[in-house]
Amino acid sequence: MSATLTSPDYKLPRDHYLNATYGIRSWLLTTDHKRIALLYLISVTFFFFIGGIFATLIRIHLLTPSGALVSPETYNKLFTMHGVAMIFFFLIPSIPAILGNFLIPIMIGAKDLAFPKINLLSWYIYVVGGCFVLYSFSTGGLDTGWTFYTPLSSVYSNSAVTPAVIGIFINGFSSILTGLNFIVTVHTMRAPGMTWFRLPLFVWAHYATSLVMILGTPVVAITLLLAGLERMFHLGFFNPAMGGDPILFQHLFWFYSHPAVYIMILPSMGVISEIIPTFARKPIFGYSFIAGSSIAIAVIGFLVWAHHMFVTGESTYAALTFSFLSYLVAIPSAVKVFNWTATLYKGSISWDAPMLYALGFIGLFTIGGLTGLFLACLGLDIHIHDTYFVIAHFHYIMVGGAVMGYVGGIHFWWPKITGKLYPEVLSRVAAVTLFVGFNLTFFPQFILGYLGMPRRYHSYPPEFQVLNVLSTAGASVLALGYLLPMIYLTWSMRYGRVAGPNPWPATGLEWKTDSPPPTENFHVTPQVDWEPYDYNNRPDLGLAAGRPLAPAHGDD
Amino acid sequence: MHRTGELYGQFETLEQQKESAQLGMWVFLVTEVLFFGGLFLTYAVNRHLYFTAFGIAGNMLDLRYGATNTVVLIASSFTMAMSVWAAQTSRKKLLPFCLILTLLLGGVFLGIKYVEYKQKFDHHLIPGHSFDLTYHVNHPQPGDDAKELAAEREEIDNAARHEDPSQPENGLIALNAHAQLYFSLYFGMTGLHALHMVVGAGLLIWVIRESLKGRFSAAYNTPIEIVGLYWHFVDVVWIYLFALLYLINRHAV
Repeated sequence: MSATLTSPDYKLPRDHYLNATYGIRSWLLTTDHKRIALLYLISVTFFFFIGGIFATLIRIHLLTPSGALVSPETYNKLFTMHGVAMIFFFLIPSIPAILGNFLIPIMIGAKDLAFPKINLLSWYIYVVGGCFVLYSFSTGGLDTGWTFYTPLSSVYSNSAVTPAVIGIFINGFSSILTGLNFIVTVHTMRAPGMTWFRLPLFVWAHYATSLVMILGTPVVAITLLLAGLERMFHLGFFNPAMGGDPILFQHLFWFYSHPAVYIMILPSMGVISEIIPTFARKPIFGYSFIAGSSIAIAVIGFLVWAHHMFVTGESTYAALTFSFLSYLVAIPSAVKVFNWTATLYKGSISWDAPMLYALGFIGLFTIGGLTGLFLACLGLDIHIHDTYFVIAHFHYIMVGGAVMGYVGGIHFWWPKITGKLYPEVLSRVAAVTLFVGFNLTFFPQFILGYLGMPRRYHSYPPEFQVLNVLSTAGASVLALGYLLPMIYLTWSMRYGRVAGPNPWPATGLEWKTDSPPPTENFHVTPQVDWEPYDYNNRPDLGLAAGRPLAPAHGDD
Repeated sequence: MHRTGELYGQFETLEQQKESAQLGMWVFLVTEVLFFGGLFLTYAVNRHLYFTAFGIAGNMLDLRYGATNTVVLIASSFTMAMSVWAAQTSRKKLLPFCLILTLLLGGVFLGIKYVEYKQKFDHHLIPGHSFDLTYHVNHPQPGDDAKELAAEREEIDNAARHEDPSQPENGLIALNAHAQLYFSLYFGMTGLHALHMVVGAGLLIWVIRESLKGRFSAAYNTPIEIVGLYWHFVDVVWIYLFALLYLINRHAV
């Protein structure tokens, strides 16, 4: 942030949510959505480390064709626990529970979410669920795959399935309560003048995410409950030996777990929709289309689940229908990508760290999305089903998409959350490192999968070694890309320069209040009388009048 | 957030607070529909797959218990609706009376459910190693209708023969397994429903205490309304359970 635009004499506000009260009780019993967001930030980061350690062990193991590190049984546990930790305890809560929690009330001009106590309750539920899963991890581990397919999970597995299933069941209610809180808050808590089509696209994305959370999560909860009961009491819901139907489990499981992918990616898309106009200095292109496409993705996302089951022998007509519906998801996804790209066109672009993450997101999400079409194709899916092609595809969506958006969002709103700026050059280096490391890790896996390397195997033929070594090398770079922000963001909390209320500057309501915001978010209830992302009619942002607008921080 | 009277600090007005609470409860009920929905789907698929076995097993439920409980719950829905009306019209004596009546009817429902479960236990119809579809017809208890048991036995024998004409004893094993599936679902669905009744009873106890303090009136009655919504929802679930579990393919045996 060059000195020409950021005046150096900003001071932190005297009273804000961080210094309102002190002591451990003031955090553990808080109902302030901003503090709860930080509680989530800590616990979610903890699970990201757990999942990351498992990922590291997996990649080290796959350095040699016969497996370098662990026994086949342990390898099964590693990839299972990696998936469970990352999906249920990192990706699903990450953006909604941290950034969504922190920002949605401020973005719509409210003092808090509609149900602050339920918000705190959802964090405790998350922690309790997490403890059950950690108990499972540390007392025998889990080897069923994160999908818990029956009857492996309910009858044959010798690992600690029961506590894991209970933990995920409990954790589901955390997600449901967060979604419920967001939906009600968006409906009833908007400030005067904040109409539906003045809502930031971040809020639209979270509204769509919340729909998936409340409609999908209960189904996986009851499904895992049945599988758990089947294991504990030797019942037969999904056990063919007792007349049950294992395919029914898969249908019920994917009815949630495919839409769950949209719980991960939609909030990330919301983040990107905030970052792009800010650093292109232009109103976003096609606001209502981006808003509508979030809802469309949430709705169509509920109608595609059986594309995970093309090889289970489901009827050809069902497969054709699910294939077609899966292709349909590409339309609203492409609407978003085209609109972001169109927003960049003739914008005055600046290359701050959040923007680098956003641009990385667009590219990686596009690759992840397009390879999804390969997998939705009935004929091709038979060939690449359960190979590393699938692994590469969903990591492009979940890591290249969701995590890029998450880290980008953290960078974008860090000055708001902490009131401090982080080192500019280092943050750009980290963004590029993350991008390079990610591609080096996962692009070889597309090739591996296409050549036929199956997923979940602890060994592979020697001719696949080069690509596997490349992937492991990339994972090391990727790890560096995650560690760097953790270090300098933590550093900045103490030593960073004071950011001021609107360092970028951006147009949303959250930038009209102090950084960090006061406990009640605004000193005076705001009145919204401007359109979203409008840079031309906002003299309060302090940008030079007349077009073209100057880039944020010089033309570097 | 600090509270001023009945108004929590995050809200501007009581109307906004009430609207939020009601919408929140409706959204919660939507999640409940999907929660039960997974069970209903599992039941429907298996009912379709094992129609005969589920029919025989369903006939082993005692219609008298189920029907009585249905009447009891509908009555409790009426007293709950009366409670909401009493709160909205500031009838501060009628309100706790209606709520207590609702709680009592809920207790009667759970009591009858207990007796019914006990009977299934005595008949060896609890899923597990001792599950035996034929236990009851082989071990009649005092007060049983001998004609009914004979008809039941004949029905089981016919179904077993139909399942495996050459070796009816193998057919009986399959029938037993599928009937066990029925009872797994029966206990799963009615058990989950009973759990919701217990939660509802807890909520009722809370609003009864508050209503005895005279807290609810035409100006503020949000808790009564949302507890009412929840209670009616649990009742509606039972109506579906009753029809699905007790009434399909019901016939005099």
